[in-house]
Amino acid sequence: MKRTGWWVARLVDRRVETDTSATLVLEVPDWPGHLPGQHVDLRLTAEDGYQAARSYSVSAPADGDRIEVTVQRVPDGEVSPYLLDGLSVGDRIEVRGPVGGYFVWRLTDPAPVLLVGGGSGVAPLMAMIRARREAGSRTPFRLIYSVRSERDIYFADELRRRVRDDQSLDVAYVYTREVPEGLSAQAHRIGVPDLNSHGWPAQLEPVNFVCGPTGFVEAVSDILVALGHEPRRIKTERFGPTG
Amino acid sequence: MTDQLRPDPGRMDYLDGNVLAGPLRDVFAVDLTTATGRCAACGQTGPMAALRVYSNAPGVVARCPNCEEVMLRLVRTPTSAWLDLRGATFMQIPMPAEPTMMPGPTAM
Repeated sequence: MKRTGWWVARLVDRRVETDTSATLVLEVPDWPGHLPGQHVDLRLTAEDGYQAARSYSVSAPADGDRIEVTVQRVPDGEVSPYLLDGLSVGDRIEVRGPVGGYFVWRLTDPAPVLLVGGGSGVAPLMAMIRARREAGSRTPFRLIYSVRSERDIYFADELRRRVRDDQSLDVAYVYTREVPEGLSAQAHRIGVPDLNSHGWPAQLEPVNFVCGPTGFVEAVSDILVALGHEPRRIKTERFGPTG
Repeated sequence: MTDQLRPDPGRMDYLDGNVLAGPLRDVFAVDLTTATGRCAACGQTGPMAALRVYSNAPGVVARCPNCEEVMLRLVRTPTSAWLDLRGATFMQIPMPAEPTMMPGPTAM
């Protein structure tokens, strides 16, 4: 069934991820399901009729009519502060989607997968990690996750548990501001050594998913091309500070 | 004169064509972000999802990632959608195989 236009959803739960982000659990009647990596548009309407819509990645496989979107606070944003503070459980919000068929991991694709996430850009990548597990897929996955500090890691406990229980999932962190105590690495922006050490060699023909702020995505995709990956095997999604 | 209307080089406030999926879905029956498009200005061919999208203009403006010329504009008014595709030479849209439909009556 093709769905167009906006659907009315209800907030059923909100889980704090970090100081500046939370996952919203929305109930969308007759949700048709979605693919890992797809997004939804959320729309708010003010009393005077003013509307604001933003795109958010779905961060988990659907649970019946329930979907999860993970939202990063954009200070002074029009939408994200309301989603994190204003919207109460039981409140209604409009949803359009699922949309986007490009930044999508397909279970039938046997290629090894490299996920590279910057900050909140990990959200659609988490949907892929969760969907892979739910389907019992053995496709090897690696995640390189760039964060400011340990406090900024989304899904930290879950990632630790999944890596422990799953031999074909690896996670490597890049800290850009503050390195956790006990680690010898220096704080740095993601670079060639990170992608070389924790990614897949181009000869294995992996599919690379890169998601994060625009500058991050540009830097990572340039490095992957320089390391020999075919541009069509590098799928990108840029997150902008559009609030 | 169009050069003066281009975004500043080094500007990083654009998104990518993935965000077009929702707005275009209201207009088209298929997901156009997985389509391949050719830029009318420079001839580069690539996925629509890889375009640079500026949504702080009225409506959305999608530019070629190679030459920064406008390939697609979409503006919504309360009663209609305005879609300007003159910056794209063609769009190739993935489609499942389907029996060819011939125009006009056919003898069964």
